[in-house]
Amino acid sequence: MSDLDQFRSETRAWLKANCPPEMRRPMSSDEDTFWGGRHAKYSSEPQRIWFERMRDKGWTVPHWPKEYGGGGLDGEQTKILRQEMAAISARLPLVSFGISMLGPALLKYGTDAQKQEHLPKIAAGLIRWCQGYSEPNAGSDLASLQTRAESDGDDYLITGQKIWTSYANYADWIFCLVRTDASGKKHDGISFILFDMASKGVSTKPILLISGKSPFCETFFDNVRVPKSHVLGTVDRGWDVAKYLLQHERAMISGMGERGAGRPLGQVAADSIGADEQGRLDDAMLRGQIANFEVDEAALACAAERAVDLAKAGQAHPAFSSAMKYYGTELNKRRHEILMSSGGIDALEWESQRSHEGARPRAWLRTKANSIEGGTSEVMLGIVAKRILDLPGA
Amino acid sequence: MPLLLNEEQTMLRDSARGFIGDKAPVSHFRQLRDSKDATGFSRDYWRAFSEMGFAGLLVPEAFGGSGLGAVEAGVVMEEIGRTLMPSPFFSTAVLGVSALNRGSDAQKAEYLTKIANGALLAALAIDEGAKHRPLQTAMKAARSGNGFKLNGAKAFVVDGHTADLLIVAARSAGAPGERDGLTLFLVDPKAKGIALERTAMVDSHNAARVTFENVEVTADSVLGDVDQGGALLDSVLNIGRGAVAAEMVGLSDEVFGRTVTYLKERKQFGKLIGEFQALQHRAAHLYTEIEVTRAAVLKALQLIDDGAPTAPAAIAVAKAKAGTTATLAVQEGVQMHGGMGMTDQFDIGFFMKRARVCQELLGDSNYHADQLARLKNY
Repeated sequence: MSDLDQFRSETRAWLKANCPPEMRRPMSSDEDTFWGGRHAKYSSEPQRIWFERMRDKGWTVPHWPKEYGGGGLDGEQTKILRQEMAAISARLPLVSFGISMLGPALLKYGTDAQKQEHLPKIAAGLIRWCQGYSEPNAGSDLASLQTRAESDGDDYLITGQKIWTSYANYADWIFCLVRTDASGKKHDGISFILFDMASKGVSTKPILLISGKSPFCETFFDNVRVPKSHVLGTVDRGWDVAKYLLQHERAMISGMGERGAGRPLGQVAADSIGADEQGRLDDAMLRGQIANFEVDEAALACAAERAVDLAKAGQAHPAFSSAMKYYGTELNKRRHEILMSSGGIDALEWESQRSHEGARPRAWLRTKANSIEGGTSEVMLGIVAKRILDLPGA
Repeated sequence: MPLLLNEEQTMLRDSARGFIGDKAPVSHFRQLRDSKDATGFSRDYWRAFSEMGFAGLLVPEAFGGSGLGAVEAGVVMEEIGRTLMPSPFFSTAVLGVSALNRGSDAQKAEYLTKIANGALLAALAIDEGAKHRPLQTAMKAARSGNGFKLNGAKAFVVDGHTADLLIVAARSAGAPGERDGLTLFLVDPKAKGIALERTAMVDSHNAARVTFENVEVTADSVLGDVDQGGALLDSVLNIGRGAVAAEMVGLSDEVFGRTVTYLKERKQFGKLIGEFQALQHRAAHLYTEIEVTRAAVLKALQLIDDGAPTAPAAIAVAKAKAGTTATLAVQEGVQMHGGMGMTDQFDIGFFMKRARVCQELLGDSNYHADQLARLKNY
């Protein structure tokens, strides 16, 4: 037996013994996600047990070095762990922007002190992070941001406003883009800085969305004092860090398209609509839509796998995450349109216990932001046109 | 296994690309078409192809081949898709060999060595109606003495008119639509009772209609087991589907490359048309579709070689996806080339015609999406 085969069988056995049955069902609402943080709340005992067991193995961040609370797994082992988790529909034990976005940037750009300070806390789910990128007048045109950081001895004084800050009202710390120099080109003079949301001068205000929920906030900074040592990377060169992080964010969002690794959509639809005498979903047009969707979804999963393999082999195009982000988010919107069709009248219920307070329609509405947040689909296509296809003047 | 070509596969690709790009660019196909060539492909090139080991790619080493798998077949098919090179690679080296690999030792000994050295061409006769529906096979194989008597008609037999050996699916029991009762036969196309018509198809590649009237075959000509041809056929068709999907990836990629080049050269309204956002976004979308498709096709071919139980679903995904992507690629290719794209003088239309044929070949996108839904029980 090869080492990898052995790793697979050990992993399978461990997951079998340690993943509670309740954590092997598809998530039905936001509460099923564990985000960690200073005020972390578990929605159930199995959620707590599952998180703690995975954390103790370093498997909240299996591919990070062990010294930072990771599992120290190599690329192949990480892939195997993901496959084995998918095989039993195991939920992620911890979802966090610290893992999916900040972590990779810290690993690449952080000083030793910054890594020691932040990475283990991210791995253990102790600090919940949010991302301070967008501003009211700088959405897709991110680099035109205005939030300014003025030098004051060993500190910066930060003043300005962010918008679309996901879960800012629950976050403990923020990784934030601020303008440290306004004299040059707009991409220059931006710095990437980390600070505590409990600092004096920070306030947040949720934004109610069409889904009736508010994952996003407006975030205000009024002379927030932050030590200069909290800058990640080089002062005025924060755009490099921001871009690197965006690749990871886009890769994460593109993963949405493959979340359906539970029951096939056609069977979900058959639960509410029924099957004809030959066992086929009793809505031929919808069945066709679903089948076409599942073709694209399966193909995207292959592309995601290949993207990882290309990256490992050093053959990945740095802008490919934009293509994946575009494709994954458009697909996720299609998935939720289909889920709404499949549910029919039942999927319209908004306030009722039976519908988990409208989990399905709220999720459907939420997905409409997928092709806007983290760079719109149009921006992603522009990046592909310019950086991969090298089209003129793009 | 990583979803990448390994070193040997990359070398194979480079050698196929070198030969095909050098000897058989699109102009080679155009010349065969314009001269209404009786064979429809170059026998010289097929001999050279065989000497390079391509004809025997899937033939076991014991019979003079390379003993390689579906991924390698896909590698060559992708290169064929780039220049539309007419060759019996698909009919003989992929479908024919895959079928014969499941035959008796005597059958292997008789045919495989000859295929590997380029001396024998095979063709699979499966389709009967307007659409690919293998289970609907109605052609009759009635028991007659020691052997069988074949009656019926086949259409869209790829390379049928040049074949030295026909591999024919017929119904020895059961009714059309049933899975049991299918049997595969190895038939000499010169046998009494066979009428063969070369059909000129929209893509100017080779295909034939074949009718069988009381064609006598012996029991030795049965490939696999009587009435149990369904499973054998599935595995042959699936590798064939993966190969056509790979051809469509090559075709799509080639059309796309030509189109992007054109966007960077052609000026209208005083600008390069590639500067227009409307075209940029469509090009970027098409790029993404092709990359997603490439991954799905490679995955399916790898799963075939692994003998994975998930291979049939992966093949359904690959063929369905490759069909829609190729359709999009050729439509965008012609549209973005504007009026030039409509001219026969320009090559781009050839790809559109070939994509249409590849769509139908061994099941179109709808057929395979439906297969996926069936496999997932809805």
